[in-house]
Amino acid sequence: MSVLVGFDTRLVVQGMSGSAGAFHAKQMVEYGTKVVAGVTPGKGGSKVAGLEQVPLYDTVEEAVRLAHANTTVIYVPPPYAADAILEAAAAGIETIVCITEGIPARDMIKVKYVLDNDYPGVVLVGPNCPGVITPGQCKVGIMPGYIHKPGGVGVVSRSGTLTYEVVGQLTKLGLGQSTAIGIGGDPVKGTDFIDALAWFANDPGTSSIFMIGEIGGDSEERAAQFIADHIDKPVAAFIGGQTAPPGKRMGHAGAIISGGKGAASDKIAALKAANIAVAQTPAEMGSTLAKVLASASVSA
Amino acid sequence: MKIHEYQGKQLFRKYGVPVPVGIAAMSAEEALAAIPKVQQQSGSEVVVVKAQIHAGGRGKGGGVKVAKTKADAEEAVKKIFGMQLVTPQTGPEGKKVQRLLVEQGLAIEHEYYLGMLLDRATGRNTVMASREGGMDIEEVAEKHPEKIIRMSINPATGWQDYQSRELAKALGITGKVANEFAAFMRPLTRAYDELDMSLLEINPMITTKDGKVLALDAKINFDDNAMFRHPELEELRDPNEEDPSEQEAKKWDLSYIALDGNIGCMVNGAGLAMSTMDIINFYGGSPANFLDVGGGATAEKVTAAFKIITSDPGVKAIFVNIFGGIMKCDTIAEGVIKAVKETGLKQPLVVRLEGTNVDLGKKMLAESGLNITAAADMADGAQKVVKAAKEQR
Repeated sequence: MSVLVGFDTRLVVQGMSGSAGAFHAKQMVEYGTKVVAGVTPGKGGSKVAGLEQVPLYDTVEEAVRLAHANTTVIYVPPPYAADAILEAAAAGIETIVCITEGIPARDMIKVKYVLDNDYPGVVLVGPNCPGVITPGQCKVGIMPGYIHKPGGVGVVSRSGTLTYEVVGQLTKLGLGQSTAIGIGGDPVKGTDFIDALAWFANDPGTSSIFMIGEIGGDSEERAAQFIADHIDKPVAAFIGGQTAPPGKRMGHAGAIISGGKGAASDKIAALKAANIAVAQTPAEMGSTLAKVLASASVSA
Repeated sequence: MKIHEYQGKQLFRKYGVPVPVGIAAMSAEEALAAIPKVQQQSGSEVVVVKAQIHAGGRGKGGGVKVAKTKADAEEAVKKIFGMQLVTPQTGPEGKKVQRLLVEQGLAIEHEYYLGMLLDRATGRNTVMASREGGMDIEEVAEKHPEKIIRMSINPATGWQDYQSRELAKALGITGKVANEFAAFMRPLTRAYDELDMSLLEINPMITTKDGKVLALDAKINFDDNAMFRHPELEELRDPNEEDPSEQEAKKWDLSYIALDGNIGCMVNGAGLAMSTMDIINFYGGSPANFLDVGGGATAEKVTAAFKIITSDPGVKAIFVNIFGGIMKCDTIAEGVIKAVKETGLKQPLVVRLEGTNVDLGKKMLAESGLNITAAADMADGAQKVVKAAKEQR
């Protein structure tokens, strides 16, 4: 079992003829992901080198109608990325994974508003994220596939490279992953911690959870409360930016809106108050969860 | 991107947001010449001389002077221009004042705080306002959060007049002045949206004795991600306000922040970059910088990043910590090798590579003949680089 992506995923790659899109489309095919179509406006009908078996269309609508795509991954440059997300939603795609980094906040505010109101069933992951992987089944994004291993740990993270870090550590410890979700670090995004945590809570294939947060905002505090209220599975966490210098945040207003929240120490305190084990350094993320699992099996 | 108060007010004027009469000056002479012009245009003797630096808290540091006469104003110009202005936001070394704003003095009825920014929790822009303006708003937020009023902006409609009327009532702005406030908010919220601002603070926004509403201050940040839509705003960038290394980094689209330590860091991904700082600190070291080379970097960009790190004289050792996803390890290796060949390498270099194309990257480094210490993982790398930095002292 898994969440969001798996054997049923039929993937369209938006921006497949670009260098990043083509490179990662090949990597995803190699991993075993069913890449059924690519989309680049104006290039429909042509071929992408190394991906000759994947039909390229002008629109996502064609990818859905002709190739039965149900999931998309977006590598479109920032000025056109919001349009690409909305096109996918309008075409009937169920799961949208947006890798693009650097989308203007104004664009994402509108995208989020439209998705929430017109397409409530559509899941957006990202933007500015590494994507989603269900090891052994399906990789949608840019993460290095080989570090993953099928298993029971659900991973959710605001940081791309820290996701790889924890997955690498878990795999070395023999702890496989059910699904790893990089939600991205942008201020306006689709899936947040609470969404992913709820999916993992309901997924029979997920037996424990690792969560990676970072400074800024108050998503981690809200996630800690959610875990305390709703999740019985073992959870461990890490917060990046514990030694980030003060004063690098954005003016007075940033401090005000978070109501005093946002520092790593606040987030760690909130997690610990919810009985969640917090790794002291990023090198101890995997071992922290392993310890939690060992003590859980002793007490059980 | 940040801009100066006077530039913010020029944008306000363009959009029709009321601001006082004012003239910006790039030299003391220009500022002195501006004094009679402002007096004439405003019809009042009183002028305010304001230092133009990006940091806040200028009043507390002596960078803002109200002058009742021309002679007082001239004295203020001479005193403030060129001074090293220290405020709570500049750091102890302060910032040299190289621009002034000479502005009309007004008969203030009341000072308010007005701010706009993105609320991450709702994914919407939010207007914040308080009757307790003109003072330390962070203190108000901490001690009396109930005194700050927040109103969310619907992305479909934008800010509405009824919200201005409600906000006016909550702020105690009554009668015809409430209509003035609505007329103030309309262009202000439009400017925020159209210009892709990420932060707007007016502290204070004032009501005058004769019933007008004006922005007496303008602190604006723009969303760096949206600058491609506003090439005209690039001209507002003040190079004197930016750290030279950070400027060079910006040219290459690198996320770089200079710090006080001695271990140079090159990392991919903001989260891993921050955590790399954390783990260096954990093992008793001190990072010289935060540097995220980002996702789709080329070898040239990596070379530029490496040169920025080595150009910091405080750097005693370098830690390259890469877990490649979209960033390929061979690209990192190519960039590092090129940088070292061009500029040489005086400091010990510890490299930890993992992820996409890792074997190729490691092979390239091994065959380069460079003196590189390989690290097995992040903890190993952090310990090795902290040790290397200590031995260099």
